Amino acid sequence: MMHLRPSWQALLAILAAVAALIMLPAAGGAAAMSGSGFALSAIALLLAGALVTSLRLRPMVSAVALFVAAHGTAWMLITGIAGGEGTAGAAYFLMLIAAWLLAWQLVTVLSGMRPASTFSNYGIRLIVPALFGIWILILWEAIVRGAGVPFILLPPPSAIGARLVNSIPILAADVNQTIFKAVLAGYVMGCGAGFAAAVLADRFLFLRRGLLPIGNMVSALPIIGIAPIMVMWFGFDWQSKAAVVVVMTFFPMLVNTVAGLAASGSMERDLMRTYASSYWQTLLKLRLPAAAPFIFNALKINSTLALIGAIVAEFFGTPVVGMGFRISTEVGRMNVDMVWAEIAVAALAGSVFYGAIALAERAVTFWHPSIRGG
Amino acid sequence: MNAPASTVMPASQEAPAVVEAADLSLTFQTNDGPVHALADVDLAIGKGEFVSFIGPSGCGKTTFLRVIADLEQPTAGSISVNGMSPSEARQSRAYGYVFQAAALYPWRTIERNVALPLEIMGLSKTEQRERVARTLELVNLTGFEKKFPWQLSGGMQQRASIARALAFDADLLLMDEPFGALDEIVRDHLNEQLLELWARTEKTICFVTHSIPEAVYLSTKIVVMSPRPGRVTDVIESTLPRERPLDIRESSEFLKIAHRVREGLRAGHSYDD
Repeated sequence: MMHLRPSWQALLAILAAVAALIMLPAAGGAAAMSGSGFALSAIALLLAGALVTSLRLRPMVSAVALFVAAHGTAWMLITGIAGGEGTAGAAYFLMLIAAWLLAWQLVTVLSGMRPASTFSNYGIRLIVPALFGIWILILWEAIVRGAGVPFILLPPPSAIGARLVNSIPILAADVNQTIFKAVLAGYVMGCGAGFAAAVLADRFLFLRRGLLPIGNMVSALPIIGIAPIMVMWFGFDWQSKAAVVVVMTFFPMLVNTVAGLAASGSMERDLMRTYASSYWQTLLKLRLPAAAPFIFNALKINSTLALIGAIVAEFFGTPVVGMGFRISTEVGRMNVDMVWAEIAVAALAGSVFYGAIALAERAVTFWHPSIRGG
Repeated sequence: MNAPASTVMPASQEAPAVVEAADLSLTFQTNDGPVHALADVDLAIGKGEFVSFIGPSGCGKTTFLRVIADLEQPTAGSISVNGMSPSEARQSRAYGYVFQAAALYPWRTIERNVALPLEIMGLSKTEQRERVARTLELVNLTGFEKKFPWQLSGGMQQRASIARALAFDADLLLMDEPFGALDEIVRDHLNEQLLELWARTEKTICFVTHSIPEAVYLSTKIVVMSPRPGRVTDVIESTLPRERPLDIRESSEFLKIAHRVREGLRAGHSYDD
């Protein structure tokens, strides 16, 4: 006879499932008609999953059972509540908690796995954060619909997703206007100018003494204040947004590059001196490579700053396209799902932007202890 | 310090002097008042010699090496390197310098680290490749060209930095405690290799060290220095043969020289610290 050694997550999940069984039905209204059916099979699935994992089989078997039980239950809850939004009872939420506990156990099992091949290792490193993200969406969807949270306060992710898919042409035009025109142009100009200013400030002492404090002041300028002024200077189209991005990204790049240029060791610089190396040779062959980790820090900070700057700047006058324009007008029209769709697109674009820079950083500063690991 | 080199009397007549210092002084101005790093140093180093500088911390041995290399400016006296001022000697790439740490650039492979001075001097790619291969062979690092510095042991890194100093074929090699951070066994091994290299290349070597056995084993001339102010207390011409197996360190001759070095260090040491 096999021993049952349940984890505390599995044990709590079993308790929650049994309690849910006692407190049926899970929902009232139209969902109550088919309600007992989905609730009973969900409870059965939960118990089966919890029991299989408690048998302490091989981790792979455990993981598959937990995956099926947790996500099957979540699926049944979300489809089962359709038509009965806002009528969910205690049983519904107990089952949701049980499913979430099994998903927790699943992530624990997956994190503990030590696969031999690097490929599956990489797979697990992707799956675990993906499960975390998926469960944020599942809980959001199930709670919003189960508890009947008003659409205007928080629409369920499914509605946001549907709106996103239906509005792809509009969203694409907004992304093109805000990201491919304003953000990219402003980012390239701002970072480029910051870098050039840093090299000049390094070369000429009077610039370092004079420019850095001024740059400090520019970085403290409130974006809300400069955005309308930039609109007056550069017009309503993307150029004024790019100008805001330039102002926002210039200073982080300047400060980081100046710090990076001072980062090379005195021994390394003495070495260059013994070779009678010129200023520019030392800059290119020693000080800029040594500054690369600092410069990439600035590029990463600026990637998010640029996106925020361009979106906020669009609140202050813009042609009828752009992510910031869309957010401000759709909020006024109570189309919250469109606002969320725009936010999702901005988050995705920002992550891709950041990820691309992080990959470039790994390729360029592969030698730095923070990347090669020790 | 701007006195022409010809006014400095060479101390050893048999070989042309590579480095000649006369009444050389260097005072650092610090917040705690002036520090006399070097005071009235007179020294001549002949071509092909292996000169060790030994003494306690703060005796100015590293400072003297840095003055030769034009990394520090003397405040009084004169010094010439290859008959030129140190600045001119540096501009004409008269010496290779090996620091206390390897100071290899981590973003360059060993091969490209060794090629660094050659790149700065603007040598052709083929010339660079040929010289890198030759100097890496000289320090027994053939086969590690494509490795990055952080993939090698400390001893191998220091050998690569010696290769870098040798790559452009300067006649003078300045070494500032190059093996100070390495363990005894690696150090013995590198000392042996360094002597071999010196015999093969016939370079003039100035070598700063803390270790009496290292100084006696390697040198043809040992310069004993004392601190506050940094000055030369004794110059010992070694009587050991140029051919030196490691076990020469147990010979009575070796021990006699080591004893004299120790006496010199003791005499120069002010026991107030």
